[in-house]
Amino acid sequence: MMCQECGQRPATLHFTKIVNGDKTEFHLCERCAREKGELIPGMSNTFSIHNLLSGLMNFDVPTHTGHPAQALRCNVCGLTYTQFSKTGRFGCPACYEAFDAHLEPLFRRLHGATAHTGKVPARAGGVMRLARELERLKAELKQAVAREEFERAAQLRDRIRQLEAQIDHA
Amino acid sequence: MNGSGPDADIVVSSRVRLARNLRDLPFPYLATNSQLEAVLERVRRALGQEALAPYRFTWIPMDELDEIDKRVLVEKHLISPLLAEEARKGAVAISEDERISIMVNEEDHLRIQVLFPGLQLAEAWQLASRIDDALEAALNYAFHERRGYLTACPTNVGTGIRASVMVHLPALVMTQQVGRILTAIHQVGLVVRGLYGEGSEALGNLFQISNQITLGRSEEDILENLHGVVKQVIEHERTARRSLLETNRLKLEDRLSRSFGILSHARIIESKEAIQRLSDVRLGVDLGLFRGVTPATLNELTVMTQPGFLQRWAGQALTPEQRDERRARLIRERLNRAAGGES
Repeated sequence: MMCQECGQRPATLHFTKIVNGDKTEFHLCERCAREKGELIPGMSNTFSIHNLLSGLMNFDVPTHTGHPAQALRCNVCGLTYTQFSKTGRFGCPACYEAFDAHLEPLFRRLHGATAHTGKVPARAGGVMRLARELERLKAELKQAVAREEFERAAQLRDRIRQLEAQIDHA
Repeated sequence: MNGSGPDADIVVSSRVRLARNLRDLPFPYLATNSQLEAVLERVRRALGQEALAPYRFTWIPMDELDEIDKRVLVEKHLISPLLAEEARKGAVAISEDERISIMVNEEDHLRIQVLFPGLQLAEAWQLASRIDDALEAALNYAFHERRGYLTACPTNVGTGIRASVMVHLPALVMTQQVGRILTAIHQVGLVVRGLYGEGSEALGNLFQISNQITLGRSEEDILENLHGVVKQVIEHERTARRSLLETNRLKLEDRLSRSFGILSHARIIESKEAIQRLSDVRLGVDLGLFRGVTPATLNELTVMTQPGFLQRWAGQALTPEQRDERRARLIRERLNRAAGGES
């Protein structure tokens, strides 16, 4: 068989591409395959990382939640854990919460760690900081009430309301 | 890339990429067309902020480009092959100086990328982070207290940062030390790839070294680790170059000069040979062998002799044979002009 691209050299590489169920066959010589490869750099391995990931997930291992992971589904985008473990990709940010119980081992294998220690965005981080401050103030309020320091408690209550409003508007 | 920057004799470029997503929409591969359009619309509006005005971004929707234009952007490393080939409703915003490109609806909603010449990782990170801050002021990012920036692929979660340095290591390749060094690099959590990233060949002795871990370490730690390793690789390459000159100067000069001769006289040249010969000439320039030819000329040729650029230069689609002829002509003209000779 001759190369379908140049028609001059014998085809030495044969491959099939399936996109949405449409099957296309390619028969190319090495030279033209290389030229095509140059036209689509990196194409050959686009999916490899996701295939590899799926091997890392071994999703049928029973976990401490008692629920088989396969039954899990993200209720925002509808992605199931089984789909996730096959594609190696989350469907939406909410998937991280939905599959949370099963992610620790995956992150440990991929990154050797499970918790973020880097940059915190100003806005999301701002709310995060406010939320932490809110928790602290609420604890202090409880103590103030217990000690019958009502003036201090009133101040704290006003500050808590302010913070809650800030968080709502953020 | 103008061939300048720290350690430019070995480091071609430094790149920092940040993966970011919007909080309330599915990741691009799962999003509907109208959700993708919503991403485009929001990012485009966020780019209109005053803080971003100095960068003079140009907004380019992928569906307004033909195949050759897209290929040119990939060859200039301004967009990824994925955005060019597969993204639905994709777009890119490119700063006037082409140092910053923001891909929209690639694997993640946003991929902020900064590219600097030479070894300038900290500088690239600072600029990327500034752009990130400005965008975040107008966009609700998907961020989780414990997991950090949420990304479509678990390999990017946390910082979402991928920093990479492109190095030219001809002497380590010639002295067959490169394999050993690259293995050592893998062992400290870094990845080495060819010119176009994942899975591509190390053409022209060009290697891309990048971080793999994105979760559990700060951006600064990740960059320092990469910087430290690259500094060591640079030292090994310099030592290898010195020892080649001491023990094999005539042979080395002969090889590099032959490559220069072929490039400045050939009438037909395939891209693989071109990039390998350009690597030789680059080493010759770094060793002071060829006058007039600058790293900038070589960087330009490395990009301009690729299929997309050649076809844009020709203003039409070209067969591989036509490209080989044009490639040879372009290299001949540039090198002879730079060296002050006839073309």
